[in-house]
Amino acid sequence: MAQLLPATQPVRFLTETGTPVADRPAYPEPDQDLLLSAYRKMVVGRRFDTQATALTKQGRLAVYPSSHGQEACQVGAVLALDSGDWLFPTYRESVALVSRGIDPVEVLSLLRGDAHCGYDPGEHHVAPQCTPLATQTLHAAGLAYAERRKGSGRIALAFIGDGATSEGDFHEALNFAAVFRAPVVFLVQNNHYAISVPLSRQSAAPSLAHKGIGYGVPAEQVDGNDPMAVLAVLSAAAAHARAGNGPFLVEAHTYRIDAHTNADDASRYRSTAEVDQWRQRDPIARLEAYLRGRGALTDTVVAEVAAEAEEYAAALRTRMNADPPLTPTDLFDHVYAEPTPQLREQRAGLLEELVEAR
Amino acid sequence: MAPITMAQALNTALRDALHDDDRVVVFGEDVGALGGVFRVTDGLTDKFGDERCFDTPLAEAGIVGFAVGMAMGGFRPVVEMQFDAFAYPAFEQIVSHVAKLRNRTRGRLSLPLVIRIPYAGGIGGVEHHCDSSEAYYAHTPGLKVVTPATVADAYSLLREAIEDPDPVVFLEPKKLYWSKSDVDTPLRTEPFGRAVVRRAGRDATVVAYGPAVPVALAAAEAAAGEGWDLEVVDLRTIVPFDDETVTASVRRTGRCVVIQEAPGFAGVGAEVAARVQERCFHSLHAPVLRVSGFDVPYPPPMLEHHHLPGVDRVLDALDRLQRDDEPDPRFLALGGAA
Repeated sequence: MAQLLPATQPVRFLTETGTPVADRPAYPEPDQDLLLSAYRKMVVGRRFDTQATALTKQGRLAVYPSSHGQEACQVGAVLALDSGDWLFPTYRESVALVSRGIDPVEVLSLLRGDAHCGYDPGEHHVAPQCTPLATQTLHAAGLAYAERRKGSGRIALAFIGDGATSEGDFHEALNFAAVFRAPVVFLVQNNHYAISVPLSRQSAAPSLAHKGIGYGVPAEQVDGNDPMAVLAVLSAAAAHARAGNGPFLVEAHTYRIDAHTNADDASRYRSTAEVDQWRQRDPIARLEAYLRGRGALTDTVVAEVAAEAEEYAAALRTRMNADPPLTPTDLFDHVYAEPTPQLREQRAGLLEELVEAR
Repeated sequence: MAPITMAQALNTALRDALHDDDRVVVFGEDVGALGGVFRVTDGLTDKFGDERCFDTPLAEAGIVGFAVGMAMGGFRPVVEMQFDAFAYPAFEQIVSHVAKLRNRTRGRLSLPLVIRIPYAGGIGGVEHHCDSSEAYYAHTPGLKVVTPATVADAYSLLREAIEDPDPVVFLEPKKLYWSKSDVDTPLRTEPFGRAVVRRAGRDATVVAYGPAVPVALAAAEAAAGEGWDLEVVDLRTIVPFDDETVTASVRRTGRCVVIQEAPGFAGVGAEVAARVQERCFHSLHAPVLRVSGFDVPYPPPMLEHHHLPGVDRVLDALDRLQRDDEPDPRFLALGGAA
């Protein structure tokens, strides 16, 4: 039973200032190339995030739930997995999706409002971003079990937030995954608030990672703003699942620096002092300080990455400033493989309306 | 050829589907060693092994959500909800994911998935075992909603449901599980989207589906003695809905009664009545009438016979079909709630 329990303290490699902790964790240290790759993706990801928030102000996006502050979790998850592994993201995982290599315009379709899912899930092995809370954890468990049955060697990772751990589907997913030994990693990004409701109102458990033991799912807590620790723990969790040992639960302690979305007013439920405290634990600054200290990151590379991020944002801005092509008959064309006679009739009716409106 | 029951026909359909397609998996509560509480999965684990037909934890959202993932991974899950009302924990999965995945991804993902639900009453079941839940599913775009009334259809429609590229809610009328018929499997009846005229007649059309079809046929026999020649249309698939067959029948007969076990308010019968009225207005000699369960929670077993629409209530409705072209007195008072 002891091996099912998470450690009482989150796994951490780096202090808040980016120096190695005195008491090194037992996990293998991620190699330098992986850390550099994480740094690059986090910088680009944050610039993407800032740009997306700006696009809401220009009316180009209906809404945007920011990932600011949670980049280590989102990029770490993508880098800890193989490109053939499946991700089951929520609406907040835009940075994970662009890190996977999905076209950022396609990632933003949901939030721009031109389509519910802009990318091809099969091509990227990324499920549509999920809005109903925790429901996707069951899909991840089922898909992972299917992959195990096929012997593909692929695993799945489901993203979920602290609030959604209160939903029944999360518990059913842990249970199903454990019973069927599905190779799936559940990554809880505990950012301490479910919109406005604090963690203390979600759970009286010692940690969210402790929710694993009741289902026989081993779990770990990790400092979600320490990119090195996130990579180490998620890599181990992925290896555990891939080796046929069943699911693994990871709770990453992190913080959403911005409001829930651009439509939220976070000052109503949390203090500036609290936010400032978490700004000091910024995952990008932390990894940058560590890599600079190791001589692995120079001013030149930092400038290069910053320039790359600027270019990425500029290209996104330009493309998002064009109105997306819309096909009204899309409404009817994907309800069923073959439209019903009633849908054909309604489709023809809409086409007539469009002709009359011309 | 010995007659088989509807439950046996469903069992054979699952057996043949498991045999013909390695991607088919059957799972749910008690479907393994027990063979399902209605024995629809009897012997499947023995024959095909625990990988193809297996018990799961007792959690309906879990069963359906897990099936979504397996379908995304290339399988064709056929899951069993033990009873109608026990499917409600899975409602969010069904409505928000099962029904929408193809649409959300603009056809890039599809969900070949069958959710079998024993439904409706008339078996003396205690509370929460007898709901007619078809309207919830039929109201959800993206689902196909199928309910057989004959043993042959039970086999054929289930095979078609499993082969369908889209999710199907397959509603099995509990009280017909033990109905028998000489059926030689494998067989194929009319495809999805086709209603069938079970009895031809000239005077009025009775539209029914699932457990109400035998009631309609019995009523037609009884009505024949009173000089009514009734036509009985069995919808078979509520979605896709066959306007053509229903409309053609009512245009011939000029009168229509719709029967359902479910409460009448906002039910499938209301939709049928509206569609008939829109399409057959100039052929109608009387308002389209509904014969349904009352707008009450399903009653305790000792009272259910008062609730279930039976032959007498169908015959009462015929009396109101204005054969003499006199208006129905029940609708004369303004605001009447007949």
